[in-house]
Amino acid sequence: MKPAEIASWISDAQKAFSAAKDLDSLKIARLAHTGDKAPISLASRGLGSLSPDEKASAGKLIGDAKAEIAKALATATEILESERDSKVLLEEVVDITLPVQRTHRGGLHPISIIKNEISDFFIEQGYAVEEGPELESGWLNFDALNIPADHPARTMQDTFFIEPIESGVVLRTHTSPVQIRTMLTQEPPIYVICPGRTFRADELDATHSPVFHQVEGLVVDKGITMGHLKGTLDNFARHMFGPDVTTRLRPSFFPFTEPSAEVDVFFNGRWIEWGGCGMVNPKVLATCGIDTDVYTGFAFGMGLERTLMVRHGITDMHDIVEGDLRFTRQFGVGL
Amino acid sequence: MRAPLSWIREFVDIPKNITPEQISDGLIRVGFEVEEIIKQGADLTGPLVFAKVLTIEEITEYKKPIRYVALDCGEKETRYVICGATNFEVGDIVVAALPGAVLPGDFSIGARETYGKTSNGMICSAKELGLGDDHSGIMTFQEGTVKVGADAVEGLMINDVIFDVAVNPDRGYALSIRGMAREVAGSLGLTFRDPIENLRNLTFTETGKGVAAKIADSSTASIFYLRTLSNFDPGATTPIWMRRRIEKMGMRSISLVVDVTNYVMLELGQPLHAFDKSKIKGGLTIKRAGKAQPFTTLDGQVRQLDPDDLMVWDDAQPLALAGTMGGAFSEISETTTEIALEAVRFDPVCVAKNSRRHKLSSEASRRLERSVDPSLAQFASARFVQLLTENSSAQHVATVIDGEPKYSPIVKLDPSYVSRILGFEVPPSKIAEILRAIGCDVNEKTFEVDPPAWRSDLLTSADLTEEVARMIGYDKIPSVLPPRPKHASLTPTQKRRRAIASMLASRGLAEVQTFPFTNQETIDFMGFVGERAATYRIANPMSEEFPLMRVHLVPGLIEVAQRNISRGAKDFAIFEMGSIFRSSQKLVPFISPEISKRPNQKMIDEIFASVPPQAYHVAGLLVGKTENEDWQGKARSYTWQDAIAYAQDILQLCNLQWTVKRSEFAPWHPGRCAELIVDGKAVAHAGELHPKIIEKYGLPERSVAFAVGLSALPDTQLVRPSSVGTMPAALQDVALIVDSKVTAADVEVALRLGAGELLESITLFDRYDKLGDGKISLAFSLVFRAPDRTLTGAEITQLRESAVAQAVKATGAVLRTA
Repeated sequence: MKPAEIASWISDAQKAFSAAKDLDSLKIARLAHTGDKAPISLASRGLGSLSPDEKASAGKLIGDAKAEIAKALATATEILESERDSKVLLEEVVDITLPVQRTHRGGLHPISIIKNEISDFFIEQGYAVEEGPELESGWLNFDALNIPADHPARTMQDTFFIEPIESGVVLRTHTSPVQIRTMLTQEPPIYVICPGRTFRADELDATHSPVFHQVEGLVVDKGITMGHLKGTLDNFARHMFGPDVTTRLRPSFFPFTEPSAEVDVFFNGRWIEWGGCGMVNPKVLATCGIDTDVYTGFAFGMGLERTLMVRHGITDMHDIVEGDLRFTRQFGVGL
Repeated sequence: MRAPLSWIREFVDIPKNITPEQISDGLIRVGFEVEEIIKQGADLTGPLVFAKVLTIEEITEYKKPIRYVALDCGEKETRYVICGATNFEVGDIVVAALPGAVLPGDFSIGARETYGKTSNGMICSAKELGLGDDHSGIMTFQEGTVKVGADAVEGLMINDVIFDVAVNPDRGYALSIRGMAREVAGSLGLTFRDPIENLRNLTFTETGKGVAAKIADSSTASIFYLRTLSNFDPGATTPIWMRRRIEKMGMRSISLVVDVTNYVMLELGQPLHAFDKSKIKGGLTIKRAGKAQPFTTLDGQVRQLDPDDLMVWDDAQPLALAGTMGGAFSEISETTTEIALEAVRFDPVCVAKNSRRHKLSSEASRRLERSVDPSLAQFASARFVQLLTENSSAQHVATVIDGEPKYSPIVKLDPSYVSRILGFEVPPSKIAEILRAIGCDVNEKTFEVDPPAWRSDLLTSADLTEEVARMIGYDKIPSVLPPRPKHASLTPTQKRRRAIASMLASRGLAEVQTFPFTNQETIDFMGFVGERAATYRIANPMSEEFPLMRVHLVPGLIEVAQRNISRGAKDFAIFEMGSIFRSSQKLVPFISPEISKRPNQKMIDEIFASVPPQAYHVAGLLVGKTENEDWQGKARSYTWQDAIAYAQDILQLCNLQWTVKRSEFAPWHPGRCAELIVDGKAVAHAGELHPKIIEKYGLPERSVAFAVGLSALPDTQLVRPSSVGTMPAALQDVALIVDSKVTAADVEVALRLGAGELLESITLFDRYDKLGDGKISLAFSLVFRAPDRTLTGAEITQLRESAVAQAVKATGAVLRTA
């Protein structure tokens, strides 16, 4: 056993292994170069017939050679296994563009979305969200708001009355009775918004609905001025319609505010009537037991449907009230 | 309220370079919303002439009446035109558009062949000329009022700008040209000439005895002017300028006397009523109807009077519904020669009640219920006498007056209040200047402010502050944020509602919002009974079809589902959150404490208690397949389990514990409805809808629904978690055979009870109902774990046996052996 002979066995094995094209041919090469009949195996078995001295030196040579061959085999195996794996994964490719969503698309009603959005905007500024009943006492809906029984302002709002009429119970025509409830049950400073569903006997058409939503704001504190009202509305308008909108206040009339104003928003190139507002009429504050020498307040209110229609370019109220899923789903959950 | 610029100019000198748009902007700035600027005549070019009808040839062979009309247009030759209108006679004067004229709508007039004739022009209606909506016939004029052949564009004063203005209810004075002109002047800084200055010193000779005038109760009217006139020639015609002004204001010319009353009302704002004096027995008295009785108003309607109606009576009977509408009996007729002209400052509330009780909103009542300047009874009635005597043979006989005008009290203003409210400094001198400009007398030392007669709305410092603000301009108010208040957040209830909505929406349910109205038929068909069926009725519903308030959310969801199905949807899930209105309490007559001071607490409590509770619910309706079927395969249909799971998921989201019980409950399938109980209270129901409901409303078979009463849910308690055990768990399976009437919930409760505290979880992993003999098999996995040690085999066996023993005892279960 000459070292050169052993070296040739190593190189033969290395050549054979690296020549193997796949794991099957590697297996044949492995049997040929490491199997029972392989020269290295035969040499290994022949060691027994050698003298102890020869045995030691030849044994080391053969052992080293076996290790060399095993290393070459491992390298080849790793390469071929990796090649095989890539091939298999390649065969398993699918069309990941296939439509996979099967679940129904849900979503919040756009009115809920805008209500949440407005609530969050005001909560961040320290306003609480107050709510009240939809069937409401006529005293809270009208009288306490300085709308006396026979005042023309009362007929401005076509009211749904509940039988018996003598009960004075109505479907609230605005969310303003929530302001009265708040002022009757809480001490100033009061910073609240009142979103909610309201009712007026208007036929359903492209821009009106007998059932609609409002959000009102009420602030009663020391030193509150009409400037604060304007600042709050400017801020609110920018939040709802974008940073570039401008607002204007126009003198108007509401029995529960004095001075009163309409607030318009200049949006998409035209003035949009957005809502009503004003300084809370001292009569209304006094009715709620608030000291008008100490406190002043402002209030504002706007329609949620109107805000939604203006902002989103919705032209038909029917889309908002009918509950057609194709409409509602477009809004998602309002994120 | 319409206001022609030509009429406004009579009281304000408006420089020619000020455009209608600038006037409109000025009005908007001071609080008058200009809804439309009508530029009359802007899209009309002549020739347009007055023409006299010479002959009319009726052409009868067509379906509609056609006339071939010969006209004298002041030309050499007679002109012939075809006309489809029939409201004119030979001798009438009409307006003819001649070839070359262009009418509004870019309608060119030319000679043309039609109905076998040559039509050499067109006879026009008011609508065709853009003068109004009246298309009932062509415009006609009596001989003598206009000149044949004259230019009708000029003759009819067509070229004018008319502002259509929305007037707020507190500004009754602006329902007149006088009021509008004052606002135009104020907003543009121009000088206003008050028309009543010319009337102040107007006196009339007394030539006889006038009709007596009396106010029976001074709370119903303050001042009553009654002017008697005679020698009126009923053939007198309204001058064209007056007629045109009335028409520009949107009213119709009727007869000279009526036209003058309307003209004065439009000019000054005081409604007037003219009676045929020959019909009056004795004198006129303002008093209530006293008893129910029929009364015919001049629109021909017989109305049943309310005893409380305020009337103008003679000595025998009521003649007019005060401030609202005259009566037919004493109205001005074609034979009237003697006139009694009434001008009264009625109490606004009395007129409002008259108008509302009879659903009769007239030009008069609209003004009177908004308060009329008390000084106008005198001036407007004088203006009537002036105009009627100038334009007819009528003569003043006598004027009788009762009562006296009542003016608004003086307001004591603290000038610092104005700045305190507006948020910027307004010097007292500026405040005084503005208040004077709107007609107030101001004592600058004491700041006692005496509002003008026409401003009965100026009663408080706040009212005066608004006047100062609007004259300075709301745009001068600074924009600042209020002091940032304390922190706030949604309430736990509000957070819970939002979380539930978000969960349902993100799990494929679409939120809908329905009108909360229903009807008895629906309530009955759904099977609601007892207190679940009792609700409130709307006295004046939008439609008699839905006069009741809803008692449940599911019917509304069904309606929306039907609509979606009819539009092609098949598989979907929807939900709604909102109030329902079961009439749990009888409504009591309302109390109405006075305002401007806080009612006592008892009254406040009573008012709050008078409003019935309105429970807040969430409900869902699931129809068709749970998923969209596609290339990935079929989908399963929604089942009762899905509905119950949603209801339970909602309770779970609120971190509540519940028990489940089968329930026979409308509108669900009596055998497939679960009731969820929290703290002993049924708070939710879910399952399959009743088959008869599914059939009636055309829903897919076995559609399912859930409803949770959110206001009935207890608050979420602070969580006090048990520590998590790290010792190994022991799994034990048991299969039990029970009678099919025994519920899984019963068995589970028994197993839990028997297993004791070391039971960590229990899962029903198999249910087999093919055993026959009315028996089913329920197989549960029980997981046991001790906090402090590994359970021994013997302990585990003992725990399992204890659990089974309890189930056997409580439900009659038999352990199933393999």
